[in-house]
Amino acid sequence: MLAVVGTVPDKDFPMVKGEVTLEDDRIIIQGSPVSIKRGTPALLAAAIKTCQTLGHPLPFGYLVGDTGLGNGSRLLYEHLSKTLGQTSFNTIAFHYLQPDVDWHNRVLFAVEEMKDRPILIADAGFMYVAKMSGEASKYDLFTPDVGELAFLADEEAPHPFYTRGFILHEENRVPELISRAYRHNNAPQYLLVKGEQDYVADSQAIRATIDSPMEEVLEAIGGTGDTLTGIAAALIEGGIGIQEAAVIAARANRLSGFYAGPTPATHVSEIIRYIPRALEECLDNQEARSCLDHAG
Amino acid sequence: MSLFGFLKRETSSSVPAGQGLDRGILVFENTSEVIRAENLLKTSGWDIKVMGPPPEIRKGCDLVIEFPLIEELRILNILGKDGIRPLEVVPVSSPLLKPVNIFQNKDFGRYLMVRAANMKLTIDKETLIIVNVSGGGCPDIPYLAQEMIGKSLKDAPSPREIGHTLCGYALQLAYEEIKNRCSR
Repeated sequence: MLAVVGTVPDKDFPMVKGEVTLEDDRIIIQGSPVSIKRGTPALLAAAIKTCQTLGHPLPFGYLVGDTGLGNGSRLLYEHLSKTLGQTSFNTIAFHYLQPDVDWHNRVLFAVEEMKDRPILIADAGFMYVAKMSGEASKYDLFTPDVGELAFLADEEAPHPFYTRGFILHEENRVPELISRAYRHNNAPQYLLVKGEQDYVADSQAIRATIDSPMEEVLEAIGGTGDTLTGIAAALIEGGIGIQEAAVIAARANRLSGFYAGPTPATHVSEIIRYIPRALEECLDNQEARSCLDHAG
Repeated sequence: MSLFGFLKRETSSSVPAGQGLDRGILVFENTSEVIRAENLLKTSGWDIKVMGPPPEIRKGCDLVIEFPLIEELRILNILGKDGIRPLEVVPVSSPLLKPVNIFQNKDFGRYLMVRAANMKLTIDKETLIIVNVSGGGCPDIPYLAQEMIGKSLKDAPSPREIGHTLCGYALQLAYEEIKNRCSR
């Protein structure tokens, strides 16, 4: 089963865990509805759509209210550090948690206590703390944007505040930044870098780039990076190899944006509806490509 | 501690910073220092501007402060009293040392998107309603987006009031830029 760990932007939202379902534009966890307009709920909604398309079980969520101050995140870190070791998830995607190195390390210890090591995915705040702790290489997939990649690549930066390129994105430096992140052991097994062009890379090479369809207004729409991580996590849980899953996710995420016919005022929840159609098309194409590869 | 604790006071300078050889840039180790210095200098009425570092300078973080070069000593003195010490002071003596604008606007017809560094804020030009916030993976961004989207520029909270991170600071810059553009 896929577990997704993250936050809801509401300081009064309690810590909850359980199977997550999707009803219209809201996820439901332990009877609580949460809007999927961005952040971890958008990631979860995309993962649910992907699981449904593949015919796999729905994801399990660990959510807590946090508006960026870290109070909720610390509650969740503590809970995970005490309980994760007794769980049996195949894949865990960590998302918008307030970075805290000490708590991160305790959670990683708990993961190491699990009977079978799960595939570990991190994005947003949890990806920052994975790098800050020096344990990035213990993960299987990070999904940074170009600025976040600059932070991963900066072996001396203890925090994004100290990085050149974190907020001033330098798209043309992506290949160099990927190599540097791997050279200093600050990257996981695979990187899926999201930007004008998406990159899938490992320590040896850039394995794929995805740049179509290109829908210009998507730049204005918040949450499309969250949906990309959600699709990738669910595909990996579905048994697709990490590299292939990252490529399919990047294509399907772009395609669902294209099918939504977006304007700059479109919300990501309107794009999520098109994920099944986009995924089916990408999976069919992938199958055809795979057949051709085998035939060749 | 909230990053925006440094930003609570209203700024008094509204004079746009000039360009050219009479300007210098202050390079800092980290963006937290830039934000503190910006607040301190603007509160004291100095004609300064937060910019991106010129490509020639690889030291320091993502932001620099452009200032009137002739006032270098006084400005360093003010910053020093608050324990803020730039890594370097560089005169803008050539085009390669000119700081870069961190704003980029994209006109989508009815909608205007203003990008400040990694954060993008989009409004409906007819109603001045904020329709989208995108970019950034800092932990306060979902909250900022939730509180701002669907509200008019006049009624939306400013990111400096409710944000806590570098992405929140960049969103504040986008918010100020879009307000300036819409008030012209």
